[in-house]
Amino acid sequence: MELDFDTFTILLMLAPFAAAALAPLVSRQTGPAAGWILAIVPAGLFAALFGMIDEVAAGAPQRFAINWVPALGLNLSISIDGLALTFALMITGIGAIIVLYSATYLGDHPRRGTFLATMFVFMGAMLGVVLSDSLVALFCFWELTSVTSFLLIGFDRERMEARRAALQALIVTGAGGLALLAGGILLYLAGGNWDLHTLPAIASPLHFDPAYPWILVLILVAAFTKSAQLPFHFWLPNAMQAPTPVSAYLHSATMVQAGIYLLARMSPVLGGTAMWTLLLTLFGGATLLWGALMALSQTDLKQMLAQTTIASLGLMVLLLGLGGESAAMAVAAYFVAHALYKAALFLVAGLIEHGTGTRDLTRLGGFRDEMTITFIITALAALSMFGLPPFLGWFAKEEIFAATSAGPWAQTAQLLVLVIGNGLLAVIALAFLIRPFFGAQPPTPQTPRDGPFAMWLGPAVLGLLGFSVVFSVASVGQLLLAPMASSILGEPVESHLALSVDIAGLPFWLSIGTWALAAVIYLRLDAIRALLLAAQRRLNWSLDKGFDGAYFGLVRLAGAVTRALHHGQLELYIGLFFVALALTLILPFALTNDWPAVPGWPQLTFYEWGAVAIAVVGVLTVLGAPARLFAVLALGVQGLAVALLYLLFGAPDLGFTQLMVETVSVVIIALVLTRLDVGVADVRPAGERLRDGFLALCCGMGVTLLLLKVLETKFDSTLSSFFAQNSVPVAHGRNIVNVILVDFRGLDTLGEISVVMTAGIAILALLRKQRSRAPLPSAPPKRPRKKAEAT
Amino acid sequence: MSTLIFRTMAPLLCCLMALFSLFILLRGHNDPGGGFIGGLIAAAAIAIYAMAFSVHHAREVLRLHPLAYAGVGVLAGGVAGLASLISGAPFLTGIWLPGYHFGTPGLFDIGVYLAVFGTLAEVTLALEDRGNEP
Repeated sequence: MELDFDTFTILLMLAPFAAAALAPLVSRQTGPAAGWILAIVPAGLFAALFGMIDEVAAGAPQRFAINWVPALGLNLSISIDGLALTFALMITGIGAIIVLYSATYLGDHPRRGTFLATMFVFMGAMLGVVLSDSLVALFCFWELTSVTSFLLIGFDRERMEARRAALQALIVTGAGGLALLAGGILLYLAGGNWDLHTLPAIASPLHFDPAYPWILVLILVAAFTKSAQLPFHFWLPNAMQAPTPVSAYLHSATMVQAGIYLLARMSPVLGGTAMWTLLLTLFGGATLLWGALMALSQTDLKQMLAQTTIASLGLMVLLLGLGGESAAMAVAAYFVAHALYKAALFLVAGLIEHGTGTRDLTRLGGFRDEMTITFIITALAALSMFGLPPFLGWFAKEEIFAATSAGPWAQTAQLLVLVIGNGLLAVIALAFLIRPFFGAQPPTPQTPRDGPFAMWLGPAVLGLLGFSVVFSVASVGQLLLAPMASSILGEPVESHLALSVDIAGLPFWLSIGTWALAAVIYLRLDAIRALLLAAQRRLNWSLDKGFDGAYFGLVRLAGAVTRALHHGQLELYIGLFFVALALTLILPFALTNDWPAVPGWPQLTFYEWGAVAIAVVGVLTVLGAPARLFAVLALGVQGLAVALLYLLFGAPDLGFTQLMVETVSVVIIALVLTRLDVGVADVRPAGERLRDGFLALCCGMGVTLLLLKVLETKFDSTLSSFFAQNSVPVAHGRNIVNVILVDFRGLDTLGEISVVMTAGIAILALLRKQRSRAPLPSAPPKRPRKKAEAT
Repeated sequence: MSTLIFRTMAPLLCCLMALFSLFILLRGHNDPGGGFIGGLIAAAAIAIYAMAFSVHHAREVLRLHPLAYAGVGVLAGGVAGLASLISGAPFLTGIWLPGYHFGTPGLFDIGVYLAVFGTLAEVTLALEDRGNEP
């Protein structure tokens, strides 16, 4: 490496985003060659990452950090260990193939550039997920993969099914992302650090932390939604609405593996407890069996593969739950083997659809002569899936069986689940290999033919890679799989992969059993499929339908709540507001039974009594006045009397302000009334007066009680004496009130005048909107107006 | 509304109130008064003018849109606050001319006056304007 590591890694992570920015231009300018040109980026990244294998395998994880938000102790840190590197190699390697393939697959599609750009953004996000050492960065990239997945599933935006599938995937994986955020924050609180590589050190205290179950469940929800584990699996089959290269890349080889990555990354931190083992083996095992069974019931090639992907993800979760050296090795081997053969098979499904016009298993057959190349690729991939030696899938399967027989939890049930699950997956491999290429040839929409070079090159490479392992088993094990297993386990793992068959060992005989089971089931495949479909029809419910029910239920509930609260009746809004105010004021007194003491009878002069009398008369008039305008004027009288009282009790400023506020507000309320089109003889019915008066009295009583209570507390004169002492010497003003307003508390006032101006603009906007509707609308409630007309 | 007496008195009343509002604004620092009250009085003055004649006339008298006054007021408040930054003091620290008769708090008070006056004037005028005047 000539570049220093930091620059190198930053370039590595930025490259896909740069490619995304350029993709539309390249796609437009170079036409058919675009795939070849753009594939250089991921291929180059693959080569660059490949060069790091030796260093990482030597046990030296590459790490660096740049300050992101130093105030929060947040770094944008990158860490490349065995786990990250293996994932990154898959992301870039398969990515190169997918870019090449999809440029041809989409042909002259008008939005080909957008598609490729989105693919590159996803690639960058996925690289970010696996290379980030910071939980926060991991979360951000994790969400970005969900968003790009949404865009890619819904790429065919004209189709309703595609839009629905995209939204569903976004909601499910997005909810999981929120769980990841919550779990990550809890983890940060427990560990005091966002950096993932420091977490294994706190593993043992963490297991006894009261927050541990929460952290575990939240992280599991994140991983299970992303990796389509039961009961969140339903989005993945629907995601097959996406173009085939997307299915191959996001929904089998990389994005859905992000959940596996998270579990593998957390395995040395959260793993090893009884709870971890129980939850992972339970959900993983159930998902394995469910996915494999559902795969049998499908006839659509992509749906078959989607269900087997669910099953394979379940298998890996199960293995991660088992823990231990063999299981870690098995996850590593199975991850690589699965990514290679599953991506290849998806691309083959695309080739078959491209070549024949259909991907329905029942309408395919006998194409091995017309589609020789496709057939050879399928054979390479399907045999790896079947687990035949010396394909990579075989080694993975041997490791899986070794994991259970050697693990501490080696129980018959698990072994049985694994054998049956693998057997069912092998059935699908057989069906995929035999049905389209042997037997009688049914009529197809197109004459069967092999696809163009750019489309079969990629799957061929993937298929051959799954086979070529035979030439270098030991080094693949040591350089690629063992480092990944070490990261999963948290301690160095020695590879023991070798090109030999231990005939006396249990794993070998389990493999034989798996194949036998597969052969038996394959021969009865059509009967079993009919049986499964009948059972599904009988059930007539699925989590997918349940999701729709919940989704539309939520939309309806939101509508109902909005209509209930946002009904557009001003009278009710205000009424509700004052009811809430009265309750807030009075309830605390009533609940604590802590009423203020009744104050003594005040000693007032006769003119002070006069002012009080005016105020009382004003209030009574407001309560009793039949006409609204009259009530408003009476309110003004009451306000003026209060202003007078302020003056009499030595608050000239307050009195002055009160006077002006009363005047202007009476003018404004009167003007509003004239706009409301209430008629000259506007009369409030007695019931309404009673209701409003009661409410007003309650509010007034509440405020009075509150004030009396406040006055009972000891008065703290620190502030008032401070203002009194400093008003003249510091602020050069004798009017303390005004000095406070414009100097001591100037910032408050600045905020207030800004609010006043903004409110003015808002009122103007409301009035203009009303004016633009002709004729002038009648906003007042209908009921009183009819009464008014009647009288 | 527009009786002869009212129409004769309104301009006089309006002038007096406007003048009085300025007086209240300026004396506010040492005696009861200030920008807020002053602004309210001025807004009441323009409301009277609009009632006596018409909203259209009132707007003509004002020359600028009322909300423009409010905007200038908020701006003045902000500028009064920023002035202290020149001398390195925190935002809104009072800076005084020699003799302590006028300083940035005074400018700030004028800002309050304009903001209150402009907003309330616009609200009253807009409410009064029924759209049937030129």
